[in-house]
Amino acid sequence: MGAAIRPARTIAELGLADIYATSRQSLPGGTDIAAVRAAAFNHFALAGLPHSRVEAWKYTDLRRLMRDAKPLAAPPDIKAKARVHDAGALFATLGFRRLVIVNGAFAADLSDLAGLETGLTIRSMAEALALDEPLLSQGLGPMVPADEPALALNTALAGDGVVITVLPGATIERPIHLVFVNTGAAAAAMVTRSLVVVGGGARATFVETHEGPDHQDYQVNTVLQLVVGDAAEVDHFKITREGGAAVHVATLLANIGARAKFNELGFTAGGAVVRNQLFVLIAGKGTEANLRGLSLLAGRQHADTTLAVDHAAAGSQSRETFKAVVDDEARSVFQGKISVRPQAQQTDAKMTTRVLLLSDNAEADGKPELEIFADDVQCGHGATTGTLDDQLKFYLMARGIPEKEAEALLIQAFAGEVVETIGHEGIRDALMDATLGWLGQRG
Amino acid sequence: MTALLEIRNLQAEIAGRKILDGLDLTVNAGEVHAIMGPNGAGKSTLSYVLAGKPGYEVTGGEVLFKGEDLLAMPPDERAAKGVFLAFQYPLEIPGVATMTFLRAALNAQRRKRGEEELSSPDLVKRVRETAKNLGIDAEMLRRPLNVGFSGGEKKRNETMQMALLEPLLCVLDETDSGLDIDALKIVANGVNQLRSKERGMIVITHYQRLLDYIVPDIVHVLSAGRIVRTGGKELALELESTGYAQYQSEAA
Repeated sequence: MGAAIRPARTIAELGLADIYATSRQSLPGGTDIAAVRAAAFNHFALAGLPHSRVEAWKYTDLRRLMRDAKPLAAPPDIKAKARVHDAGALFATLGFRRLVIVNGAFAADLSDLAGLETGLTIRSMAEALALDEPLLSQGLGPMVPADEPALALNTALAGDGVVITVLPGATIERPIHLVFVNTGAAAAAMVTRSLVVVGGGARATFVETHEGPDHQDYQVNTVLQLVVGDAAEVDHFKITREGGAAVHVATLLANIGARAKFNELGFTAGGAVVRNQLFVLIAGKGTEANLRGLSLLAGRQHADTTLAVDHAAAGSQSRETFKAVVDDEARSVFQGKISVRPQAQQTDAKMTTRVLLLSDNAEADGKPELEIFADDVQCGHGATTGTLDDQLKFYLMARGIPEKEAEALLIQAFAGEVVETIGHEGIRDALMDATLGWLGQRG
Repeated sequence: MTALLEIRNLQAEIAGRKILDGLDLTVNAGEVHAIMGPNGAGKSTLSYVLAGKPGYEVTGGEVLFKGEDLLAMPPDERAAKGVFLAFQYPLEIPGVATMTFLRAALNAQRRKRGEEELSSPDLVKRVRETAKNLGIDAEMLRRPLNVGFSGGEKKRNETMQMALLEPLLCVLDETDSGLDIDALKIVANGVNQLRSKERGMIVITHYQRLLDYIVPDIVHVLSAGRIVRTGGKELALELESTGYAQYQSEAA
């Protein structure tokens, strides 16, 4: 048996190898971390960038979509930091605790670190790695194959991010807002890694926003490792509104304990190429996981949400609801896989995906999968793709509502079914506003 | 004086099948016309052609609304000019709250007519008052439009929209269908309150029953796509006893 024949390395792959070779000495971490990085890069280098023959990346051929590898972003200078004041504006009036990550580096001076609630700690990932804490490999467990390319690249190259812990039993009322922003002085890559550990019985809400300028061609590889303890309640929102030329690859690794409540929502309305991959391990019994996604795509945007939910314990419930509105020549991808292991009896899992196509040239690809090894479970999935209902549109127009406004009302109603499920009123209103803003740009 | 609505030799088809075949009708402001006829005569088609529903192709004739070519206007413009169709089967729109819908409709029409939009408190006040008059409770206004409403609630909702939008021409398509007698009385009462000398109405119905409550000035019989007989309100009573058989055989 010979090794698989792989095509010649692309410019981007050669660039990534070069970047790793030249920056490995300066990346944070001692010898242990350096070894983890080296192993990860080797995994990446063997397979290269994922392409359409790699099943998990079937619809998002990164080898084709990533034309080159941008150099790692330089630490932000005063000028860069001065440009971030309006980042995360969507939630600016809600009084969240802002943690700002500029051009891939945690900016303590721009972050709100005063008066931390009892049981809450916040640190920079770079500082934690510099102390040689084994954070890049901690808690990964069996969730993701070691050669998962986006994660392997992130492990090899991650420079900074945040490390947040919430002690068992603590209730953090004030949502924590991770503001990821690219100030766009140069075409660069931002590779960030964050770790959030919420202890047993604790409660917290996390919001991530990702944004950058439209005129700058930049790349983002961001990973969040999230550990939700037994009986903890965690809400996590990820809002992706990158600039129009950006390539954004994000990985969520969530490890959920027993009797926990985990609410996840991804809102994607920016970026040229977006890949949101979520690996959710339900490790404990009696947990409720509610995983939602909404993508609003136009122009030539490509957004891929790939979700793997692993039910590894009995009696847990998961709901996967994904919706997309796709206009112009944009393309929406949803791959959702629910696995139920033999011991995970009485699992109740239901996956739904609905896509609204607004143009003849819009495209939606969907791939739901159920992999069930237990015999006493309730699992199902449903997928629909359609266009705006002409009858409904006529009804609205017959009341004097112009065509574009009638369409906007119907699209808003479609998207609203995801947004309305948000319990936090401020976040719900902000995302409804973002939806209306997107509709406003349709013209 | 220009008629409110003037339909001349109207011919229309759907999917290549001719439904309206030389229909003439003139409605003046202040008049209530009933259009009766057997199933398949073209009653609903007439209402949809007037409202501008896609899929109905006008192949001949013309429709003038206050002297303007109605058929050249998109549905929203017809509505803003004052044409209102009360649907036989009002549609359910999940995710759009009734109040949101009413605000969008009222303000879109006002904008198109060059009037100022209503402020939120003014709008809510007007909607509440109108709703109350029709026995629609405030909770229903918060619910998605028509979703889970009973037949009677949907028709009351249509009547409420008509009252709020204050059209010049009301076309009521089988408003009595699916209503019990109590609901029918409420809806008819709401419609009667809108009768005025500036406003014309076309009440389309298969049964005479509705006309006991909304008493027309003129009654027409529609058969095979054209008006075959016109009379006073006593014509409706006659049809009730004789049925449509003679008109159907005429058409055949």
